Amino acid sequence: MAIDVKIEVRNLYKIFGPQPKKAMAMLEQGLEKEAIFEKTETTVGVQDASFEIYSGEIFVIMGLSGSGKSTMVRMLNRLIEPTAGQVLIDGEDIIAMSDDQLVKLRRAKLSMVFQSFALMPHMTVLQNAAFGLEMDGIDKSTREKRALQALEQVGLEAWAESRPDELSGGMQQRVGLARGLAVDPDVLLMDEAFSALDPLIRTEMQDELLKLQAKAKRTIVFISHDLDEAMRIGDRIAIMEGGRVVQVGTPEEILQDPADDYVRAFFRGVDPTNILTAGDIATVKQTTIVITEGKNPRAALQRLIKDDRDFGYVLDSERIFKGIISADSLRELIDDSAREQLIQNAFIDDVMSANSSDSMQDILPEVASHPWALPILSDSGEYLGAVSKNLFLRTLHRDQPEDQPVTEQLSNGAV
Amino acid sequence: MRIFNFDEQLIPLDEWIQTFVDWLVLNYREFFQIIKVPVEISLEGLEWLFFTLPPWLIIVAFAYAAWRYAGKRVTVFTVLTFFLIGYLGLWEDTMTTLAMVICSVVFCAVTGIPLGILAGRSDRFEMFMRPFLDAMQTTPAFVYLIPVVMLFSIGTVSGILATIVFALPPIIRLTSLGIRQVHPELIEAALAFGATPWQVLRKVQFPLALPSIMAGLNQTIMMALSMVVIAALIGAGGLGNPVVQGLNTLEIGLATIGGLSIVLLAMVLDRITQGIGQK
Repeated sequence: MAIDVKIEVRNLYKIFGPQPKKAMAMLEQGLEKEAIFEKTETTVGVQDASFEIYSGEIFVIMGLSGSGKSTMVRMLNRLIEPTAGQVLIDGEDIIAMSDDQLVKLRRAKLSMVFQSFALMPHMTVLQNAAFGLEMDGIDKSTREKRALQALEQVGLEAWAESRPDELSGGMQQRVGLARGLAVDPDVLLMDEAFSALDPLIRTEMQDELLKLQAKAKRTIVFISHDLDEAMRIGDRIAIMEGGRVVQVGTPEEILQDPADDYVRAFFRGVDPTNILTAGDIATVKQTTIVITEGKNPRAALQRLIKDDRDFGYVLDSERIFKGIISADSLRELIDDSAREQLIQNAFIDDVMSANSSDSMQDILPEVASHPWALPILSDSGEYLGAVSKNLFLRTLHRDQPEDQPVTEQLSNGAV
Repeated sequence: MRIFNFDEQLIPLDEWIQTFVDWLVLNYREFFQIIKVPVEISLEGLEWLFFTLPPWLIIVAFAYAAWRYAGKRVTVFTVLTFFLIGYLGLWEDTMTTLAMVICSVVFCAVTGIPLGILAGRSDRFEMFMRPFLDAMQTTPAFVYLIPVVMLFSIGTVSGILATIVFALPPIIRLTSLGIRQVHPELIEAALAFGATPWQVLRKVQFPLALPSIMAGLNQTIMMALSMVVIAALIGAGGLGNPVVQGLNTLEIGLATIGGLSIVLLAMVLDRITQGIGQK
């Protein structure tokens, strides 16, 4: 799939307070935020942020409060004026735009959903949903028709004539979402849009958003401090800490290879068995030996002994998985000269395999019930690797650096 | 110590002001007479209206407004008040006062609401306005009454101008407050959807500030009514007249019915405008 960059952020800075220029100079000298604040009472909100947001993806910017994520999203539509850097939307630098151009851009391409809903209390639900269209000068009957369609998308058409304060929090945010959708934006900015809702409603709204996204692919920039939420809806995640973007990647990439201790600590509470699939953790290295189908049993046994392994994985020339052999099953075959000395005769019975898209949760019973590592196959049956008990446990216990001797020893013992 | 010698007047500010006002009156009296014209025209129009319309129609109009915005009890109270005023023989004075009050309030609203909006949107303008508003509210009316008469001569119009000075601050302050109380997220939301600053004002700030602006208007009406007696001192007609006349000739009864009518009228106007503000 060709990647189409929708928004590009280049070396973006935001400095709040009385002396932004001085603070910028101090940053260039390599001073820390805290030192700069002490000297100039100037706060560094966002520091040298650069990343790309692709067309049609849900891009989550995640961080704790004070990490600069809300400032970041407001610089994408210039509700907050950046101190330095560029924001390109479809290749156009919005920082260089005049006020008129900016108003046009916001009307044509961007819309926003707010944490506190920010619905107009003096307007009906329908008028709220039509707000962006009204600003754009679209005539009343057209905008009401489009606003009603947007309300239908979120299931609130029956409430069109109500006032926002007559609605529950979840319903109010649906109106906020409808207001964002009514203008048919290229980019939807969502600032902690579901954070004010109770957990059940929040999950419901996340599903709703994913459903809407499946129908019409928009570029969504979603701000969140909730990791579960980020993992659930994000195609890619940017993690912010103290104004810096510390890592950008898919949830699996970040989970498996955190950039630093901050990110690792962030992910400590996550249940990886929900996020990671068998394909994500399967490995061909070390834990398994791959034996091609034609090999004779004696050579296979020698290979197992040489590498100090108990089990081997047999593939054909197309790397299609055929079966598992063990040192014991091979010996048995070799000792019994009555049997034909073909490697498939040494295959262990009741070997199951898993698909690469199965979650860790799905494969757990299989991994636990056999001494050998569970083979993981692609949809076409191609062997991708295996998941041993130890690999599984090590994935759960991610805090421990991967190359610790204990782990290595354990994994050797079991395979 | 010369510094603490307070026995002599070192700064003759009083003389300076005297000279300044004399100079102003001598050279610019005509200019100030022109300022009067719009007020004069509005007042004449209103007075014509209140004196031409039959009393029953005026009572019906006020009763309808009271019923529509403030409920049954206020409606009954309004009708009783107007009948009482009529039977006390103060109907004409009351109509003059109503015309004066409405005229002052209209001018206060026309100048005060835009100034309040500016003050609400700009901290610097608010800071600049504040001492003037303080002075307008606290300077005893008697101090500027004489210069007003010197510049604008005596009469109802001068009374209205003095009233405007006193009654203008609350509507400016409460308009500014109303604009400032609009939640910043709402303004952010409007901007995010491509609203221009003018659209933000018209579609978000102004409608949301309206209850506060109406409270300011209500206060302005009350303060305008409280100036009725003082305005009568410089020849303005209306309900202030029986009060001033009564005090001058020690006719306590006359002064009292004048005062009573002012209070009742104030209550009627207050209840009705508060009702409008809450709708």
